[in-house]
Amino acid sequence: MASVGEKGKLSRVIMIAVLSIFAVGALLPFYFLIVSAFKPGVEMVRYGITLNPHFEKFTLNQFRILFNPEESNYFHWYKNSLLYTGVQTVLSLVLTAMVGYGLGVYKRFRYRNIVFMMVLLVLMIPIEIMILPLYKEMVFFKFFDKVWGVVLPFAVFPAAVFFFRQYSLGLPLDLMDSGRIDGLTEYGIFVRIMVPLMKPAFGAMAILISMNSWNSIVWPMVVLRSNEKLTIPIGLSTLITPYGNNYDLLMPGAVLAVVPIVILFMLNQRAFIEGLTAGGIKG
Amino acid sequence: MQAIHSPHKAGRFRKFLNSPNVVPMVFVLPFLISFLLFFIYPLFSTVQMSFQEINGFSDVRYIGFDNYTNLLNDRFYSAVRVTLTYTFWTILILVPLPLLLAIALNSKQRVGAAFFKPALFIPQLTSVIVAGIFFRFAFSDSADALINTLVGFLGIGPVPWLKEATPTMFALVTLCVWRWLGVNIVYFLAGLQSIPSELYEAAAIDGAGPGKQFLHITLPSIKPTIIYVITISVYGGFAMFSESYALFGTARTPGEIGSTMVGYLYQQAFVEARMGFGAAAGVVLLVMVMMINLLQLKFFGTFKRED
Repeated sequence: MASVGEKGKLSRVIMIAVLSIFAVGALLPFYFLIVSAFKPGVEMVRYGITLNPHFEKFTLNQFRILFNPEESNYFHWYKNSLLYTGVQTVLSLVLTAMVGYGLGVYKRFRYRNIVFMMVLLVLMIPIEIMILPLYKEMVFFKFFDKVWGVVLPFAVFPAAVFFFRQYSLGLPLDLMDSGRIDGLTEYGIFVRIMVPLMKPAFGAMAILISMNSWNSIVWPMVVLRSNEKLTIPIGLSTLITPYGNNYDLLMPGAVLAVVPIVILFMLNQRAFIEGLTAGGIKG
Repeated sequence: MQAIHSPHKAGRFRKFLNSPNVVPMVFVLPFLISFLLFFIYPLFSTVQMSFQEINGFSDVRYIGFDNYTNLLNDRFYSAVRVTLTYTFWTILILVPLPLLLAIALNSKQRVGAAFFKPALFIPQLTSVIVAGIFFRFAFSDSADALINTLVGFLGIGPVPWLKEATPTMFALVTLCVWRWLGVNIVYFLAGLQSIPSELYEAAAIDGAGPGKQFLHITLPSIKPTIIYVITISVYGGFAMFSESYALFGTARTPGEIGSTMVGYLYQQAFVEARMGFGAAAGVVLLVMVMMINLLQLKFFGTFKRED
């Protein structure tokens, strides 16, 4: 019997060791990013990120440049990212919750399966394939280089529709009947009864959509042109080009782009991971 | 205008909106509009553009299959190869590895899941560009750079990581695994936690060891999760562009070692202003994605019928 216990102990030690190796791999880049943010850009270009932090080379100069609007657009980029992400999140939450709920709850809706198949189709095809005509559409609608151009094409985010549909399948449908008896319209039932019940789904999707928007690259790169309208990732990417000479801003800019999200995640991580696993992907 | 609206008319409209057939239609309307405007139209337009030579908005002419025959060039082949290799490696790593880690996290022995789960998830919070900035400078050529220092411990000389094909692929796959490992772990954990523990207890009574339990209980139970993870990996692999863009800072990489199909499309359409040609690349990509998705559905569909 004792050998079983020891075997268990050993396997526990092995599992913790393996998990620790991967956790170190996951977290170390953040340490190196932060350390490198205090080093001059020339150092980065010449030596890259080094194991030895070289504290003697630390400087705060690049942080000063970063927040001086006359020397860099970083402040604008930050503001834009906040704006685009805010608009995208609110708009997408409203629209995808509506659609997902409609698909989940109305089981006798004639086009239920067809519409759901269309959602899956959008989910399966990389939007990158269609950036060309989408770009022309945005020029046509005069949304080019504007917030609506960034936000609208992906407002009905298919993954969120899918998630809300799955979540709605588990809603207590008898509440709809009692709502009807109380004289509520179907829309009233949705807003007053069901939306409050879908709170965990809204939490999970708010984080998913805002993260997606905050970090998205390909589309904003196509639809935005003026440097002062760019988002943080696109703005930073303009600094990596071989022709760029703003390497000083790269590291601190990258660090400051991640910090707020990591803080939010630490405050909400349980809600996020639980939300993701609850309504989940049990297709 | 509003004054003309009779209450009677408004009432009729309200009744229409609340009729049982119309209600679900109203709920899904945002999707239908978006589907038409931002999916169906662009899809057809991409196909149409792929048969055109486009020099500005008014100068458009049809050139038959010329764009497609022009695609038969080494740069495009190279982009296809990079895309396929990248997709292959990311799936090969990002399915079994997170599954094993999820099983460890889910084990009855306390391994500190409350710490490891969020710790492994955090890389997903970074933008590809931010991750790319880290990996670009960690994979720097200099002998002092982080990765070269690490491989130096193994006795491997400094590698010019982002200048040769295989090391570049290694860097790209590493970047992807770093960002996505935690997400896939969360997916697999969700699948594992939905398996009733009675199944394992019954198997243990029947004398099935951990290996047999894994093969006969765990794997079949989480098959839907595995299919889901493979599907999003195929999607991510074929849509890959930003990872390479983040490492190199341009859509066209030196010697095409990191250029993907989407990168090629972007380069042709937006940098070299050959829109029709870029569209043709997009159509080829579309056909490949559809074929793989269909194969996958078929493959797993037949599996389903068996059990």
